[in-house]
Amino acid sequence: MELTLLMYLIPSLIMFGCGIYGFLTRKNMIAMLISLELMLNAVDINFALFNRFLYPGKLEGMMFSLFAIAIAAAETAVAIAIIINVYRIAKNVDINQINKLKF
Amino acid sequence: MITNTVLVLVLPFVMFLFLGLAGVKMPRKTAGVIGVVGMLITTVLAYWVAIDYFMHHPGHEQISAEVDWLNFTPKLVARMGVLIDPISAMMLVVISTVSLMVHLYSLGYMCDHHGHAEKGFQRYYSFLALFTFSMLGLVVATNIFQMFIFFEMVGLSSYLLIGFYYSLPAANHANKKAFIVTRLADLFFLLGIMILTFSTGTFDFKELVGLGDMAASQRAAGTMDGLTFLGIPAVGWALVFIFIGGAGKSAMYPLHIWLPDAMEGPTPVSALIHAATMVVAGVFLIARMFPLYVLAPMAMNVVAVVGAFTAFYAAAVACVQSDIKRALAFSTISQIAFMMTSLAVSADGGQLVGGHEAGLGYMASMFHLFTHAMFKALLFLCAGAIIHAVHSNENDKMHGLHKFMPITSIAFLIGCLAIAGIPPFAGFFSKDEILVACYERGLGWGLWMSMVAGMTAFYMFRIYYLIFFWKKHEVHTEHEPSDQPWTMTLPLIILASISCVAGFLPFGKFVTYNGEVLETHMNWTVAGSSVGIALVGIALATWLYFKENPKPERMKNAMSGLWEAAYRRFYMDELYQFITHKIIFQGICKPIAWFDRIFIDGFFNKLADLTGNASFAIRRVQGGNAQSYVFVYLLGALLLAAVTGVVILMI
Repeated sequence: MELTLLMYLIPSLIMFGCGIYGFLTRKNMIAMLISLELMLNAVDINFALFNRFLYPGKLEGMMFSLFAIAIAAAETAVAIAIIINVYRIAKNVDINQINKLKF
Repeated sequence: MITNTVLVLVLPFVMFLFLGLAGVKMPRKTAGVIGVVGMLITTVLAYWVAIDYFMHHPGHEQISAEVDWLNFTPKLVARMGVLIDPISAMMLVVISTVSLMVHLYSLGYMCDHHGHAEKGFQRYYSFLALFTFSMLGLVVATNIFQMFIFFEMVGLSSYLLIGFYYSLPAANHANKKAFIVTRLADLFFLLGIMILTFSTGTFDFKELVGLGDMAASQRAAGTMDGLTFLGIPAVGWALVFIFIGGAGKSAMYPLHIWLPDAMEGPTPVSALIHAATMVVAGVFLIARMFPLYVLAPMAMNVVAVVGAFTAFYAAAVACVQSDIKRALAFSTISQIAFMMTSLAVSADGGQLVGGHEAGLGYMASMFHLFTHAMFKALLFLCAGAIIHAVHSNENDKMHGLHKFMPITSIAFLIGCLAIAGIPPFAGFFSKDEILVACYERGLGWGLWMSMVAGMTAFYMFRIYYLIFFWKKHEVHTEHEPSDQPWTMTLPLIILASISCVAGFLPFGKFVTYNGEVLETHMNWTVAGSSVGIALVGIALATWLYFKENPKPERMKNAMSGLWEAAYRRFYMDELYQFITHKIIFQGICKPIAWFDRIFIDGFFNKLADLTGNASFAIRRVQGGNAQSYVFVYLLGALLLAAVTGVVILMI
């Protein structure tokens, strides 16, 4: 059986949906961060996919995935640092408790 | 030769930078001595340049250095250069001599009576050097643009030096007044330059006035033929505007109001800037543009009328002043007006008057500029010595100082005799030439200026007697007044000697409008009558003021209205105060400020309030719950996607 574009896109979409769901419902900031990574990975898959199927001779999409992975790694490091600092001050990582940044 | 002329300019500038930047690191006296030595070298170089010029190239202008500075268009270039011609060579001598005397004198004057130099001594010498540089740059300017720049720079250094005692409110008011009035006048100067350059397409004096080549100025004026505004030719407007610029610097009525107040500065500064050099910049400017003025009778008449009126007005005011520096300031205004008038009467209706002595007024004016610089600097430096001794400017704190300060007294007397026009002192020769030039223009001009010359003799001797005689001196301070240290006395002696002999210089051989030798003959009628008038003035002053007597008081009471008006300078300051405060500030500025506050500011304030209120109203959206933000964001993204999808499907 030939693998088509759609067959790849469906798992990617499911991953993205899980990411959104997790991000909106989990209260633990670490879990939210994991959900965020899930969304990013879904997007990376899409980049690679579209490059592979629509422009087989080119490499831009692949490169972009690699680039996004590197950025995601850096961003995760920053997010972890922020979460650790929040923990030191607030003694927990519950997003509902961290609501001081408002009007 | 080339290096010398440039060095004359560079040296004072280097002194300015050096004393201004490194001065604070050295003892005060050292800075002063360095300033004096620097000025001495400049003076020697300036004399060398002038003597070399008059020996080898008399009458021919020469541009010894010039660089392009601003290329406005390929043809219109503002240059910076050094131009040596008779009047600039003469001015080099005048400026460097007086400046050197003042540098030396200040070593003594700017100290308290224990001999310690005052605070800011280095700054003072640095500014003196800056002024000397600017003034030298002004006189050697090769083009009117360069002249304008240096015109501004002398104004700046004058401002800095008037306000030298910056902690005194009076000094601050005086320097602001001087700067604003001369700046206003310079605005007209700039307008004049613009009109002139617009038609002639050049800044250079060589093409504008030809420097002895009368045809050049005719060509320059010819480019303006047919251009008129309100029925007056453009060249007339340009020259009148340029004259207003000169009148501001030279304190001609009604722009004279800053000069008496400028006496708040240290006295040597008054001697250098406000008596001998900067205030004659206006005369120098008119002299520089003289060939063009000859071709514009209207402008020439304006100069003549303003000059003649100012001479009389300032002399009248000087007769009643009690502050000796103010009296000398008004005397300066009157004498500068003499020079202006002298320049202006040498032409009438586009032609030079006086037949084979044509251009006599020009020569006389420059001659008087030269002698006046010497004896007025002398008078001011004497006044400084007196003020230093009695710690007051008012003549009722003086009286009877002749016994205590004999050298100063004699020097002052020589200055008075010179300014009154008694032979053989310098002022006699130059003032006599001026009067001859006035009589050649018309009997009325001559009689008017002769009368002013008589008043000059009267008010100078009034000051002299009130300072040195009148009654026995009462010692007001803890120490008796006496002649001052040698640094202050030596300049007096040198300047007094120059005032005695300068009149015998054959000026007509060196300084004329066209560079040719002008043979002058003593006009015995005019000379005799002017000496007679001067003697009458002196006699009157002696009768009234030599010994204490009630006559002046009685005269003052008999004509109290006139006396009060003259003492208040005929209410010119009050008039200015009224015009600026009541008319300009109240009548024009206040409504404009109101409009600005209510409409312009009001509009933007309303805008800001609106934005602020709107933001305040919707601030509750920021609830602090991060996940709700994300949810809203998601909804927004889905909505956008839906809209985009619909739009694409519809297309």
